[in-house]
Amino acid sequence: MKGADLIVQRPEGLYCPPGDFYIDPWRPVARAVVTHAHADHARRGHAHYLAAAPAEGVLRARLGEITLQTLPYGEVIDHFGVRVSLHPAGHVLGSAQVRLEHGGQVWVASGDYFVAGSEHDAREDNATCAPFEPVRCHTFITESTFGLPIYRWAPQRELFAEVNAWWQANADAGRASLLMGYSFGKAQRLLMGVDAGIGPIVVHGAVEPLNRAYREAGVALPPTLLVTDVTEKALFKRALVIAPPSIANSVWARRFGDASDAFASGWMQLRGARRRRSVDRGFVLSDHADWPGLQRAIQATGASRVIVTHGFEDVMVRWLREQGLEAGSFDTEYGREDDAVTSDTAVNDESIAAPAAVPINVPTHE
Amino acid sequence: MKRFAQLFNALDASTATGAKVDALKRYFSAAAPADAAWAVYFLAGGKPRQVVPTALLRALATARAGIAEWLFEASYQAVGDLAETIAHILPPPQAVGDVGLAEWVEQRLLPLRGMAPAQQAVNIDAYWDELDASGRFLLVKLIGGGFRVGVSKLLVQRALAEGAGIDAKLVAQRMMGYTDAKRAPDARAYLKLVTQEPSAAGTAEDMGQPYPFFLAHALPQPAELPLAEFDARLGAPGDWLIEWKYDGIRAQVVKRAGQVWVWSRGEELVTERFPEIVALVQGLPDGTVLDGEIVVWKDGRPAAFNLLQQRIARTTLTKRVLADAPVTLIAYDLLEWQGADLRDVPQAERRAVLVAAVQGRIEVSPVEARATWAELALLREESRERGVEGFMLKHVDARYGSGRKKQQGLGAGTWWKWKVEPFSVDAVLIYAQAGHGRRASVYTDYTFAVWSRAPADAAEAQAVVDAIAKREPAQAGALQLVAFAKAYSGLTDAEFKRVDAVIRKTTLEKFGPVRSVKPTLVFELGFEGINRSPRHKSGIAVRFPRMLRIRDDKPLHEADTLQVLEALL
Repeated sequence: MKGADLIVQRPEGLYCPPGDFYIDPWRPVARAVVTHAHADHARRGHAHYLAAAPAEGVLRARLGEITLQTLPYGEVIDHFGVRVSLHPAGHVLGSAQVRLEHGGQVWVASGDYFVAGSEHDAREDNATCAPFEPVRCHTFITESTFGLPIYRWAPQRELFAEVNAWWQANADAGRASLLMGYSFGKAQRLLMGVDAGIGPIVVHGAVEPLNRAYREAGVALPPTLLVTDVTEKALFKRALVIAPPSIANSVWARRFGDASDAFASGWMQLRGARRRRSVDRGFVLSDHADWPGLQRAIQATGASRVIVTHGFEDVMVRWLREQGLEAGSFDTEYGREDDAVTSDTAVNDESIAAPAAVPINVPTHE
Repeated sequence: MKRFAQLFNALDASTATGAKVDALKRYFSAAAPADAAWAVYFLAGGKPRQVVPTALLRALATARAGIAEWLFEASYQAVGDLAETIAHILPPPQAVGDVGLAEWVEQRLLPLRGMAPAQQAVNIDAYWDELDASGRFLLVKLIGGGFRVGVSKLLVQRALAEGAGIDAKLVAQRMMGYTDAKRAPDARAYLKLVTQEPSAAGTAEDMGQPYPFFLAHALPQPAELPLAEFDARLGAPGDWLIEWKYDGIRAQVVKRAGQVWVWSRGEELVTERFPEIVALVQGLPDGTVLDGEIVVWKDGRPAAFNLLQQRIARTTLTKRVLADAPVTLIAYDLLEWQGADLRDVPQAERRAVLVAAVQGRIEVSPVEARATWAELALLREESRERGVEGFMLKHVDARYGSGRKKQQGLGAGTWWKWKVEPFSVDAVLIYAQAGHGRRASVYTDYTFAVWSRAPADAAEAQAVVDAIAKREPAQAGALQLVAFAKAYSGLTDAEFKRVDAVIRKTTLEKFGPVRSVKPTLVFELGFEGINRSPRHKSGIAVRFPRMLRIRDDKPLHEADTLQVLEALL
């Protein structure tokens, strides 16, 4: 016989009743466990924060002064009889899955995660943070940002070869390469992945504070310049410029003249999304698991019950049930698609730029 | 195929004309002529008949991906394009090969037609295994007959011409009929397009060669070009040939070597479909090319377009069909006379020759002359009664151009369509569906309704809306919203975004890809024609409906009624 649920849905967010704390709440609460520092998961206004140790720098860079307790990956603390530990999620620096153990039940809330769908291959890990670690549990709460079988990422070396070839061709033609991606997470993955030998790398002012936090955490990003560091404008002609999507068509971007522009996101997999962006190139690079990755992650937990959050919940729930698992969904405010369609300015991860494909706001709970 | 896929991706990714022409030139300079022949064919809009039914492609991909039918459907709804869904849903290829486009089309794709479905499945399965995602996408587009890319025929002609160092107009002329479904392009046909030798006329298939159509532009809207400014911007009415604009099929009729060819505006050879036209033109001397409109002519006036449409749909022309929908040609231009190309002769002179040449044999489009634009505007109001769409304005000095190139200013050589204002009604949005392609996963295709009768007041209308929200079925005879038209064009991207957000917030139910919404939005819908239709629930069918604007100022109960529509019949 099963005990009471370790995590339930409340208006403030996902709540652990025996531990009396929330995970990634979207309204101010007394105690929040934060899986990672993206704005839709780490919000301002909570009294106490708990996060993974490597997240400290980026969390403080984004939220400023907060009461923050950190926990090294894998270390267990006991809170009102709930054993709480954090485990790498491979999404961004410091991202964690939250493992809860109480009354013989183990629950894991994934937050956002990235893991390749193939057999483990270190080359397919996210090189800017600790790789996703499967955690055995009874109940797994999974994201489903890319929960459709059309989302299947190509090997990273192929993807970065494309980016490098694009940059090289632009540099040869004396044209700046303006590569847009979210400031936190995507920008650093791009920096780690590109061939810095092709030319100088310039980053937008929104990217640099996060680069600093990454470097301080020991992530070996290549050297980057700010626009204000560049005195010789000719340097832009060979440069890769990494900037958030909000700079598209801005005055800031105009300084690069006849630049080739590109956007890096999992959504670039689809032609419609690429064309709506109307950029020269769309590079399919995501910090979220693709369809095979989601399946592999879920399977590796050994969970018999799966709760699906933000993304293609209906699809995932039905698919999981067909696989013989007990599945349901939580209605969360992570990466809400309607913000996504109208807002490109948010400095956030790609879950917020989701194409409006499957409704999240009109949940169909069964 | 790889090279063609690269070209497709380059054309698809770029919005800059220069970049597209460069990509085309790079492709044509590197591709084998036999491959280039097919590339030109597809890029210029050629479509071989569908060789494999869509349902088979879909079933095959679903099986190959090892997923359930519903999961394929969910994926398709997110992608908004069948070929792209298939391209992404299949497992990665085994061994990517590189077979040329011509071999793909001639040796592999076309032979699929008429093969037993089981054999088709085996072959297609094997083809998928040697292509990456972009190759698979193209393959499905080509066998499904749905290939389209954002490049105009003019651009293809320009790239070919620049590559070959010849005049683009010459390429355009040589390319007429190139995409006709009954012809298969080959290396020889391609090389003839780009040869620097003057065209060698005289071979049998060249005899029917038409000229590129000169296409008209819509005159700017009244907001931009008020009637009072016509004199200043267009010049005096006397500078123009002013003809009625018929709603039929634009056609070029060629008479050479004792034979008649009828070409549609889409460059399809449609001679067999219109024996009446062949009979009409047969008596004209060789070396004659007419431009005009094919219309169904009944009781001394053009009949509604849907009659012509029904006739085109018939595969065999029985006596009955010919009697019910007799067609005629209304000639309005003469491009060739006694074997001489007249396209550089001014419009008014061409018209004079035309009248002299065909008078008494073929109907010539009548010209309306009035002293002022105001009088013409008044006359234009008769368009609907006359069964026409408005006026065509053709400058008396204009040469017969090629394609749709806009001239500087309004008074120059362009042909202008001066159509009557569309019908318009205010209607309520009740269903929405996501679009395709660029609009995939954005709700852009809407169904509109009018009231079954005028609501007494806002409260009565609101009661109906509340009942809909509670999913209560409408009572017979009670006030209700009656669906009558679908529309998916006329809004800006920003407006679509806004409506999309409202639809998501007001969704009541989902039926597959379609959502019903709680009615909140009123739109002004425009349409060109209106007919009774027993096949529609409202009993009415409208032609070319589109959204003119969102009526934020109109409360729901002030939307129009079925009676308003019926009054337009």
